[in-house]
Amino acid sequence: MTIRHLLGTAALALAPAGLALAQDVPELPPCENCADSMVIMSWGGAYQNSQLKAYVEPYVAATGITVTWDESSNEAVAKLRAAQEAGNQPFDLVDVEGPDSQRACDEGLAIEIDHDEVLAPAPDGTPASEDFGESIVNECFIPQIVFSTTFGYRTDVAEWEGRTPDDLCDVFDLEAFPGRRSLQASPKKNLEWALICDGVPADEVYDVLSEPEGVERALAKLDTIRDQVIWWNAGAETPQLLADKEVVIGSTYNGRLFSVIAEQGQPVDMLWDWQVFDFDGWIVPAGLSEERMNRVMHFLRFATDTQRLADQAKYIAYGPARASSQPLVSTHAELGIEMAPHMPTNPANQVNYLVNSIDWWADNQDEVEARFQNWLAQ
Amino acid sequence: MALPAYASAGQRIWHYGFRILCGLIFFYLIAPILVIIPLSFNAQNFFTFTPEMLALDPAGYSLRHYRDFFTNIDWQLPLWNSLKIAPMATLIAVTLGTLAAVGLSQSHVPFRRAIMAVLISPMIVPLIISAAGMYFFYSRIGLQGTYWGVVLAHAALGIPFVIITVTATLVGFDRSLTRAAASLGAGPLRTFWRVQLPLILPGVIAGGLFAFVTSFDEVVVVMFMGAAGQKTLPWQMFTGLREQISPTILAAATVLVAVSVVLLAVLELLRRRNERLRGLAPS
Amino acid sequence: MADATLTGPIPPAPGGAAARPPEAGPMLAADGTPLRLSLQRSLRRQKLRALLLIAPLLLFVLVTFVFPIGDMLMRSVDNRIVPETLPRTVEALAADPSPVPGEPVFEALLLDLAIAEERKVHTRLGTRLNYEWAGASSLFRAAGREVGRFDHYADQMRALDPRMGDGAAWAAWMGTPDAPGPLRGLARSPAAYDEWAALTAAAGRDPLDRAPADWVLTALALDLRGPLPPEAASALAPFDPAALERAPIRDIFLEQDRKWGEPGIWNAIRLYSGPFTPGYYLAALDRQLSPEGGIVLRPATERIHVFLFVRTLVMSLVITGFCILLGYPVAYLLASLPARTANLLMILVLLPFWTSLLVRTSAWKVLLQQQGVINDILVWAGIVADNARLVMINNQAGTIIAMTHILLPFMILPLYSVMKGIPPSYVRAARSLGANDWTAFWRVYFPQSVPGIGAGSILVFILAIGYYITPELVGGTSGVFISNRIAYHISTSLNWGLAAALGALLLVFVLILYWTYDRLVGIDNVKLGG
Repeated sequence: MTIRHLLGTAALALAPAGLALAQDVPELPPCENCADSMVIMSWGGAYQNSQLKAYVEPYVAATGITVTWDESSNEAVAKLRAAQEAGNQPFDLVDVEGPDSQRACDEGLAIEIDHDEVLAPAPDGTPASEDFGESIVNECFIPQIVFSTTFGYRTDVAEWEGRTPDDLCDVFDLEAFPGRRSLQASPKKNLEWALICDGVPADEVYDVLSEPEGVERALAKLDTIRDQVIWWNAGAETPQLLADKEVVIGSTYNGRLFSVIAEQGQPVDMLWDWQVFDFDGWIVPAGLSEERMNRVMHFLRFATDTQRLADQAKYIAYGPARASSQPLVSTHAELGIEMAPHMPTNPANQVNYLVNSIDWWADNQDEVEARFQNWLAQ
Repeated sequence: MALPAYASAGQRIWHYGFRILCGLIFFYLIAPILVIIPLSFNAQNFFTFTPEMLALDPAGYSLRHYRDFFTNIDWQLPLWNSLKIAPMATLIAVTLGTLAAVGLSQSHVPFRRAIMAVLISPMIVPLIISAAGMYFFYSRIGLQGTYWGVVLAHAALGIPFVIITVTATLVGFDRSLTRAAASLGAGPLRTFWRVQLPLILPGVIAGGLFAFVTSFDEVVVVMFMGAAGQKTLPWQMFTGLREQISPTILAAATVLVAVSVVLLAVLELLRRRNERLRGLAPS
Repeated sequence: MADATLTGPIPPAPGGAAARPPEAGPMLAADGTPLRLSLQRSLRRQKLRALLLIAPLLLFVLVTFVFPIGDMLMRSVDNRIVPETLPRTVEALAADPSPVPGEPVFEALLLDLAIAEERKVHTRLGTRLNYEWAGASSLFRAAGREVGRFDHYADQMRALDPRMGDGAAWAAWMGTPDAPGPLRGLARSPAAYDEWAALTAAAGRDPLDRAPADWVLTALALDLRGPLPPEAASALAPFDPAALERAPIRDIFLEQDRKWGEPGIWNAIRLYSGPFTPGYYLAALDRQLSPEGGIVLRPATERIHVFLFVRTLVMSLVITGFCILLGYPVAYLLASLPARTANLLMILVLLPFWTSLLVRTSAWKVLLQQQGVINDILVWAGIVADNARLVMINNQAGTIIAMTHILLPFMILPLYSVMKGIPPSYVRAARSLGANDWTAFWRVYFPQSVPGIGAGSILVFILAIGYYITPELVGGTSGVFISNRIAYHISTSLNWGLAAALGALLLVFVLILYWTYDRLVGIDNVKLGG
């Protein structure tokens, strides 16, 4: 069973819309004065597939609208900005990480949302804003999932002589754990990890980074392994590099590692130590016509309800952002394995963890990103 | 360059050494393209020859990646997009390009050099610059992310090839033929259709093939200019290579190699026809 | 002169066409018009027809290609965001040369920033200024969050007079520019109110029902410092401006962030306050304006582009060099073989040439991996150990190997067409005159093939320095080119001005090469596909 295979079946399921899912077609309130198509920007790969299965396909089956995917979420802000300059908004709904939603919100590229009005309450009547809790990181953001960025390593590296990395700082230890690593070509998370392994207590990481020397200190730590690092841009690169033995250890989103381990059966294991939590969710771009807006709101109410977010976790190992969805997470839809142990929110997995500071990154991203990219290119 | 019978030992060594060297370079040129063909029939999800494949065990080979390519919507949609975009871009490039090439071949064209430089520039300007410029400008006029936006951009990129090939054919064109047609009472349009076009047709077709391939293979501009609905085959391959190398890419690549073999064959036939027409039969 | 010679029968006079002897009678064409005129007319018609044939395409290329690029290049000097977002600050700053300006500038900044925040453009302004002074982005973001709620004055005013929080009262005070209210004559508050009312209305709310924002009240407080026009004073009565406890806006800003008290941000705003800026070009060359107005190098940690340009040039040269080394023997062989064999072997050159770039790049990605075919063969042959597999991808080696392969046909084809034209008799003559094989080749054949090397090299070099896809896929971080940096700035960092400036520099360089090529080879002599 591979990702390709999953996508293949997804495609087959798409063709006779709703055939396989006929029994699941949910009861939806009618949508008045709504557009009959949507363009959704997302991340592609296994994540987009989980969205497709958990709520886009059922929604399409129930309403008969057409959905077009645009897999450019890692360039979401650029695309939205270009669309704003053009005065022509091609996207109806955009999937972004928390910090990007902050940027889009600050720049007026996304509209502000009244969460209790737009989103469905929990089955027990808890209002959405309460059910989502702190995952609502700003007024524009409609959370879907909690994910973490963490490490995976190969379990068959001869040079490690039976040692397995169980500490984040093993990533920086080229003596005990020789071999190439893959890290994201972005300062986010890498700087935090570098400081933690440079002896900074976790709760002081952002204070240290705020000092002028803080970023340099983190980069100096990264310098110690730089020769051995392959830098990735897309979340699927590390799983691929691990599977190809191009690297022995690498960071990526935990759901992608789940695919490699559970679905592809590669000799790879997780290193959960100091995983960094982040939220991913929807933003609604500014500048939609009334019909399109109605359609988006209609879809959002369905796609973020308690059952749908729990369903998503059947396809990918990300935790639902709703408190009320979490008890509903069960087994993988196709593999039948228990999902809980693979969730970043599983207690055994979150002995040490860090929550990505969206405020700090929103304020400092421009400066730090520029410095990091220069460091990377030098 | 056959080796004469009286060649010295040194000359012999050099002669064969040189051929081996050239053989190696030819190998470097062609092997990467050939090697992906058997790999695309790999029964496993690997990019290297499995022991079964090396043992020529039929179980090591399969058509699964081709099945994926021809059934998976992720590949079929881009394939159809490519097939919809490239012919339209070619049509525009060939029509406008042939007219302009005929105009440029007249004897008294003011600013000929400057015009030529402008028309050839899409071939010379780095693609990333073209892509960025078109992205910003087409966004502003609402063509970004549309079928016609991509078609226009690709037509512009294909034009230099049409100009170059058609102009080259026109260089060898015997002007007395058009004069003869004119003196026999044919209007300029009729002369063009009945006399000039049939003779320069090989050049036009060759230019069209270039324009087609330019659009069909182009990835940088379409990634900026297109939206999801215009995703083309090279774009899908690029995404696949960057994010998730699936052997289906190799199946797609093999299909594309087959396409280029066909194009090459057509071009070779045209070349022969052209040489025959001009009385330059291959020696 | 061209026209004069075309008139044929008129003898060319030493002084040129204008000096034609006046007594020479005009020669007539068959229809009685002077031949000169008739020919000129026919020539004009011919020119016109040629131009008409060319015009549609020329127009097409200009509109779809040349104009968009020119339009993008305008972004490399566009700095309107600063004067348009901070109009009052820029004006006040012009009158205040001190390193950290005084109260009037801060008052102007308060209004500019509050309005910018309402319009959600302050973060982009911060991003813009951050290119020149690292720290501006976070400064503007944080200030933007708080500036709308700088409530030192607003709280007092609302406490003193409930009308201060009443949209209808404000509307009556201010009126409109056409129907001015009693407070219309004040310096800051009418503009602030108009902005606020327009933004409120744009958000679908009625300004009459809404309490004006804190910054609008602050603007009024600042206006109420001196003696008031009588109609304003009577309209505001019984409100007494003297009851307000005054505090400098400057202190409020400094309390919000001490960076406002440092010269850095002010230098940046001063230097980049015009609608056009050389800043992006300077940044593209790792330079910046100094506070004194000179041009200085950026700090070492920010110098990157010159390095990348040099790397792009060096790697392109290396690739061109490899193409010559590999292409020359092949072209020589092809040119010297009988046509039938040569045509057959030519397929080996043309097939890669016609094969999709993506196909060739994927092939290399597959071949060069550590678990790829090449490493497998090397391990199998015992040349490298299984645990010491060669790293040939995600570095410069990967870029050079793959790009040499991709560009090699562009070297072989022009070389071949030049070598085809070298008569074999020259080399035979040299031999018969006693030259050995090497001398005959080096002294006779090689010099004649140099134009082919020149044509091929420039072509390969032009194509190489603009490459994006292949370095992106196989280059890692050490093997990427300036094009990849441009793409990064367009789609990730969103620094479109810098992307345009880098693009413009690259473009100039390519155009110089293009021009050289045109001079040396002639652009219409490019041979495609042999």
